[in-house]
Amino acid sequence: MSINQKIVNDFIKNKIEFVTTVPCKQLAGVIDEIETSKDIYHIPSNKEDEGMGLCAGAYMGGKRSAIIMQNTAIGVTINTLVTLIQYYNIPLPMLISYRGEIGEPVACQVEMAVHTKALLNQLNIPTYHFHTQSDADELDGILNHSFMAKKPVAILTDASFWQGA
Amino acid sequence: MIRSEVLKTLIPMISDQLVVSNIGLPSQELHLLDDQPTNFYMLGTMGLASSIGLGLALAQKAKVIAIDGDGSVLTNFGTLPTIANNPADNFILLIIDNGSYGSTGDQPTYAGMKTSLAKVAEACGCDNVVECSAEDTAAAVQAALDGDKMTIIVSKCESGNIKVPVIDMDAPVIRHRFMAEVSRRNA
Repeated sequence: MSINQKIVNDFIKNKIEFVTTVPCKQLAGVIDEIETSKDIYHIPSNKEDEGMGLCAGAYMGGKRSAIIMQNTAIGVTINTLVTLIQYYNIPLPMLISYRGEIGEPVACQVEMAVHTKALLNQLNIPTYHFHTQSDADELDGILNHSFMAKKPVAILTDASFWQGA
Repeated sequence: MIRSEVLKTLIPMISDQLVVSNIGLPSQELHLLDDQPTNFYMLGTMGLASSIGLGLALAQKAKVIAIDGDGSVLTNFGTLPTIANNPADNFILLIIDNGSYGSTGDQPTYAGMKTSLAKVAEACGCDNVVECSAEDTAAAVQAALDGDKMTIIVSKCESGNIKVPVIDMDAPVIRHRFMAEVSRRNA
């Protein structure tokens, strides 16, 4: 089973039926897998805060939701995370490509990478860093934790993690 | 007619419908006029009423009315292509277009100048776009509720506000009672 299939299988196991995505090169494979899944409604969004609004609505409609995005989106979504997702106690797993880590070819990506964990820490968002493929063994538990606690969680997936795909 | 007067004319037809209402005065006015467990009040996060409404409509069967403003649609323009390309026939987006940022002191928006939100929505691919006067808004909403097609209504009204208290209900309480009502309607 590919890592992309494993991720989507864990989404389905945790009854996630509604996923919004804003693309990233590292996430292309998992987005394809979401798009082809019969169990998940895939709704691409134009900006990540818009996507979080869609997810909040779907959750209130009885469908567990998740967002797939790049770490640059943390800069875009702080207000939405704080005043919608956290303020209303809405669970939201965020599968995030952690651009700007070791192996990154684009220097500008490092500028956001150096702020990513500090911002998530400041927001008190439980954060998990997947560096090797075996780290994904925790995904099932992390997703379950997000819905149990009704909190957003961040799963940062770096270049080393995806190169193992 | 100003926004609060338009909202007043809508109460008989939206009171028993799932409503997602925009941040600031629109939510406060709806709360004052007709607080219902079927109302989801946004206390923060400008711009996302239409996104929350669409996500809700796609996830369940009951009709959903998102009451948005021109300023909020301008701040989340990306919502219109998403709505157009993911049609939910149980979704009505009502944009109260008073050409101003009402909650922050009636500063003018571009929608009150050269930009037509109805034309933007059509250009984004939305199929049923209705622009109407404030006076005709209730009839337009009733027609949309009677039909089974996703509808975008742009209600052109005057700028102006009434004095309303802030909503002191806790956000998780608003969500919890709203979700219980959504669940009851889908049982």
